[in-house]
Amino acid sequence: MSSETSEKKSATSSRRRAKVSLFAQGEPMIWLTGGGLAVALCMIIGLLLLIFYNGISTLWPMPVPQIQTVSGTVYLGEVTRDESFRSNDEPVRTLHRRLMRTGNFEISGEHFNWINKHEVKEETLPQWALVIERTAWGRFYGFPESFVLGGETVASTSETVWKAFNQYHDAVSDRRGKIRELETHEIGRINRRLENARLALRTVELRSGLGSPAWNVEHTKFLETEKGVTEKFKKLQEEIVQLRTENSRYVLKLRTAQGKDTAILLENIVRAYPANQLSIVGKVGLYFERWHEFLLDDPREANSEGGVFPAIFGTVIMTLLMSLAVVPFGVMAALYLREYAKPGLVVSAVRISINNLAGVPSIVFGVFGLGFFCYLFGASIDELFFASSLPNPTFGKGGILWASLTLALLTLPVVIVATEEALSAVPNSMREGSYACGGSKWQTIKRIVLPRAMPGIMTGMILAMARGAGEVAPLMLVGAVKLAPELPLDGVAPFIHAERSFMHLGFHIYDLGFQSQNSEAAKPMVFTTTLLLIVLIFLLNLMAVRLRTRLRSKFVSAAF
Amino acid sequence: MGSMNVLFPPKNKSNRLAEIAAGKTFSTETHDVLTREEALLEVSGFNLSYGVKQALFDINMIFPKGKVAALVGPSGCGKSTLLRSINRINDLLSTVRINGEMKLNGEPIYAPSVDVIELRKRMGMVFQKPNPFPMSIYENVIYSLRIDGERNKAVLDEVCEKSLRGAALWDEAKDRLRESALGLSGGQQQRLCIARAIAAEPEVLLMDEPCSALDPIATNKIEDLIADLRGDYTIVIVTHNMQQAARVSDYTAFMYLGRLIEYGPTSTIFQNPHLQETQDYVTGRFG
Repeated sequence: MSSETSEKKSATSSRRRAKVSLFAQGEPMIWLTGGGLAVALCMIIGLLLLIFYNGISTLWPMPVPQIQTVSGTVYLGEVTRDESFRSNDEPVRTLHRRLMRTGNFEISGEHFNWINKHEVKEETLPQWALVIERTAWGRFYGFPESFVLGGETVASTSETVWKAFNQYHDAVSDRRGKIRELETHEIGRINRRLENARLALRTVELRSGLGSPAWNVEHTKFLETEKGVTEKFKKLQEEIVQLRTENSRYVLKLRTAQGKDTAILLENIVRAYPANQLSIVGKVGLYFERWHEFLLDDPREANSEGGVFPAIFGTVIMTLLMSLAVVPFGVMAALYLREYAKPGLVVSAVRISINNLAGVPSIVFGVFGLGFFCYLFGASIDELFFASSLPNPTFGKGGILWASLTLALLTLPVVIVATEEALSAVPNSMREGSYACGGSKWQTIKRIVLPRAMPGIMTGMILAMARGAGEVAPLMLVGAVKLAPELPLDGVAPFIHAERSFMHLGFHIYDLGFQSQNSEAAKPMVFTTTLLLIVLIFLLNLMAVRLRTRLRSKFVSAAF
Repeated sequence: MGSMNVLFPPKNKSNRLAEIAAGKTFSTETHDVLTREEALLEVSGFNLSYGVKQALFDINMIFPKGKVAALVGPSGCGKSTLLRSINRINDLLSTVRINGEMKLNGEPIYAPSVDVIELRKRMGMVFQKPNPFPMSIYENVIYSLRIDGERNKAVLDEVCEKSLRGAALWDEAKDRLRESALGLSGGQQQRLCIARAIAAEPEVLLMDEPCSALDPIATNKIEDLIADLRGDYTIVIVTHNMQQAARVSDYTAFMYLGRLIEYGPTSTIFQNPHLQETQDYVTGRFG
């Protein structure tokens, strides 16, 4: 009897112990894992919100206050930042100050000024404070004085000057666009013709020698071309000078807040607006106009103003080229590893090496790409096919092709690992079904295994694209540049210029934020560009995800 | 079941299954009827091992032409292994070692000169779980012709219809030939697999527990289908289900631990087997 009670007792006590132990119930693990997820989500969402908020607010037109301090200095500009700081000199320790973008760099020598809040004597929003975005020297803040047309003052009150400005500015902008078009495209074209003729001559010189009959023939041709080109060049030059002269007739005279007079050629003004007069509709219009410029125009002012179109274009093209290179190679390698290779020590070693490859710092890939692709491979191509233009390298330097291949190498492990997973997830019964029908190994792979694994392979591609599009460090070595004069894809034969260096949004962010002379002005653009890069990667991924969904519904959704 | 034991008292009282488990050699009890049949497939002295583990021991049997032969036995007795050895699908496993002979129509299956792919084209196989390919019903059926490079649409259409009719799926599938095969029900998928297996007009149809993943109605349909196919094809079917073996097959082979114990006409095996061990198994006393 006593043994029975003691048994009962021990049973109850062990049950009680189980109740006491929190981990036995599993409740803490739910909180722990859920908490981990919550922390991760908070950080990601916080980062995205920060980028999103700063990114979309950058281009919004701000009011332009005029501030007079107790010491008598007057500032006119846009407030970019408010902050509190600690000072040791003042009786009150915690003080507030504002960072004001005052522009007018050619006059004041400064883009920004700090203004302490307690030193402000008067703050107004002058009606005719103009913000002027220029092609050079940054922004200008001032008041319209008069409008001069061909040396004659045609308007001298604020309203009439503003009216005259709006009347003539569009035409002047058009002419400026025309000049740019002539300078870059037309002159570019005739330069290319001259260069081609020179290269042809040089080719003959390399083949037949200087002064040989063939060379003489080619030389006459070259001289002819040169003559034609020079004539054409002169004509273009005249046209440009004519347009310039016409444009220089329009001058806007302004007075700064400090009372200094200055004149700005209308030609140098990208955009001007009376910031304090803008209605909400006007502000929204201006906002979208700036986005339009940002997305579709070339950058100006050392990239801190203007658009980022070449960078968007370069990023997209490079990412696509990279995917094109990495997916076939990755899939082939994974196919061999999973379908053909005999499992064993060697295969395991190869697999571990591939996984470790993903941990190599990306800059190392950049160095490898520079050494192997540019200096070894590219230089050999130059010697074989582009000997006439040496010592100027064609492929023997960084370019979009080499950058894509370097990133393809970088993202190869991702694709191989994902493809291997996808291949091993294909049920063996399907392979056997194909073999039983008399399919060979390759037929089975081609018709059954690969289609079935395709969604998984696409996942690998998506991961590779996300990784590759955001990578910057190796690109600095193999072809991304601060400013690329020409896009890697254009209307000039052979249309795809894989050897050209390119602009990249990731590199653009680095360049804006840390390499810019006027980094305070560029800082908001860093956020906008980051936002753009994220949106771009998101869109590229969305494309791939949709493709994957289509494939998956076609191949995988088994009803059984 | 116990009453059956009384009705048909076993002829051989000694139980040698424990001896087999201990590794003793065992000679198969093959009924005389089989020697009068015309053999399409012949297995002689066949041994197979996965690495160090031997799965089949000295199998000697024939599969009569145009008849249905069922392989029964407890799990792990090697019946599936034997079936999968016939079309050499076991070759895909690198650890398999084989010793012995198999002949299809008198031609060796395991000779080095044999083209395995050509050999498999002469046999159709249906698996335990329906394994339709991730493509349309039409493409599934004509898969074996596609990999042979047949492009003539008239031929393909004809084969597709004939095979689907042969697998009793035509009426259900004829309006949705271009739809994915993965949308079919389990039973339909299995019949599709049978259609796929008979599309190349094989000499032998190998079925590895074709109904084990199906509901009773679908099972019924497959069994009816096997009855229809009998005569046109030589069928080897592996099954766990004694009733099924009794219903569909002409001959039944009982296997145990890699040995063929008894092989004879189905009616005899189920009602009046020569060996006590077979009697015990088919009456459900073990296994």
